[in-house]
Amino acid sequence: MSAVMIARKVRKWEKLPGKNSFCCDGRVMMARQKGVFYLTVFLIVGTCSLFFAFECPYLATHLSPAIPVFAIVLFLFVMAMLLRTSFSDPGVLPRALPEEATFIEMEIEAANGNVPAGQRPPPRIRNVQINGQIVKLKYCHTCKIFRPPRASHCSICDNCVDRFDHHCPWVGNCVGKRNYRYFYLFTLSLSLLTIYIFTFAIVHVVMRSVDSGFVKTLQDTPGTVLEVLVCFFTLWSVVGLTGFHSYLISLNQTTNEDIKGSWSGKNRLQNPYSHKNIVKNCCEVLCGPAYPSVLDRRGLTQDDLPVPASTAAQSNPVPQTTKTTAPLIPNEHTPDDAKSSIADSAISHAEKGSPSPKKEKPSTPAKVPPLASPETDVEASIIIAKEKAL
Amino acid sequence: RFHNLQELRHSASLANKVFLQRDYSDGTTCRFQTKFPSELESRIERPLFEDTVKRLNIYYAEAEKMGGQSYLEGCLACATAYLIFLCMETRYEKVLKKIGRYIQEQNEKIYAPRGLLITDPIERGMRVIEISIYEDRGSSGSCSGSSSTSGSSAR
Repeated sequence: MSAVMIARKVRKWEKLPGKNSFCCDGRVMMARQKGVFYLTVFLIVGTCSLFFAFECPYLATHLSPAIPVFAIVLFLFVMAMLLRTSFSDPGVLPRALPEEATFIEMEIEAANGNVPAGQRPPPRIRNVQINGQIVKLKYCHTCKIFRPPRASHCSICDNCVDRFDHHCPWVGNCVGKRNYRYFYLFTLSLSLLTIYIFTFAIVHVVMRSVDSGFVKTLQDTPGTVLEVLVCFFTLWSVVGLTGFHSYLISLNQTTNEDIKGSWSGKNRLQNPYSHKNIVKNCCEVLCGPAYPSVLDRRGLTQDDLPVPASTAAQSNPVPQTTKTTAPLIPNEHTPDDAKSSIADSAISHAEKGSPSPKKEKPSTPAKVPPLASPETDVEASIIIAKEKAL
Repeated sequence: RFHNLQELRHSASLANKVFLQRDYSDGTTCRFQTKFPSELESRIERPLFEDTVKRLNIYYAEAEKMGGQSYLEGCLACATAYLIFLCMETRYEKVLKKIGRYIQEQNEKIYAPRGLLITDPIERGMRVIEISIYEDRGSSGSCSGSSSTSGSSAR
């Protein structure tokens, strides 16, 4: 039996489940539908180009050269914040590997006790006490984890996101723990930019009209009309959004919690995460530590390592604990067969496009030591299955 | 009994895994429960285990601490439109490296000799501390030609 060697380096982002799209070899992470994001970029760049072409020459000479300089700085800041929001990992929580999923299943079974056959098992909820408040953690059937507090599953990206705020089509990404401050700074700076362009476009038209008359001014600078229109309609929504998020930040709430009314005060539920102090809340959200991504997108998977045949032969003593009294509730990824569901979902997640290996006894692989790579379990099972075929 | 990590890798088979869950009683900051799992009772002394988890909790608290330094880092980064993160390592990343080294050291000194292995929580989405429990292959009585427990591997 020869060792399996696949020459191509496969990075982990290629094997990540979920509906994200990746660029630049895993450095950029976005949602699949990017059309509205391109529109956002087009509107911002387009309007600013018109401003630089039509307003700036006149205003720089007649008022001050600082005006276009400040506009450039503001424009660059807006674009930087937009790209940072759109391209970064919002705080995606990776799905549970098979053993962790099984472990959680066992805990749920133990907590529920024996459910008589035919009865629905109780919903999978864990209660935790946070700052004196009982918070219910829900079980995510897709990711096979109990969602941490404030996390939520985004159906568009098919990921659980930590401190999930909302999915924003304008930036083409979810807004969560890691990119919320960039999103807020984007809306804030865009509000300023819109107000700035709007104001100076009006000033420009007024100043020119004094010299040349209103109609001639409009004929000379047609771009101004377009700018004023775009800015006028953008202003209301962007400024409103900034105001709304400022309110949320001062209360340390997410859009998701606000919409669901989690801390609206009924049932005497209060926000356990708020410091009850506006300054502290703002500092935490905007100046808190920069959380790292827990998705190792650019790490290498084990596909390109040769696996010597001698280590792969033995049967695994890990007990298959899937014989349960209550059946696993099937989700869209796993088949109904409870026994092989977890291993199958692991294999199907790892090999999204290619046909799955033989449906033999799914053994949770253990020959490759965990320190070698975090995702070895799934990939090693595929290598072992391929080896058995040789 | 294993003597080191190398031996663990080559002459042991995985018996079980224990997952230490997060402790959310203090909010969303990263903390792990220090409850001693029953599966480890025969493998490791409780104080050693609790020491490791408590130390990890201290490190994570240090990484996520809201204080003068984190505010300064945040404001400075904002002033440079966060471009500074392209060249500078954040405080959190520095602490994560420290945690990685600490776990490696704990594995080498304490856990591998007892047939256990701790997986860095960052590799599990910071959700759990995964502890793998290994059984010596020789002690399960089935192998022929595998390395003996004294560590001399036939290669």
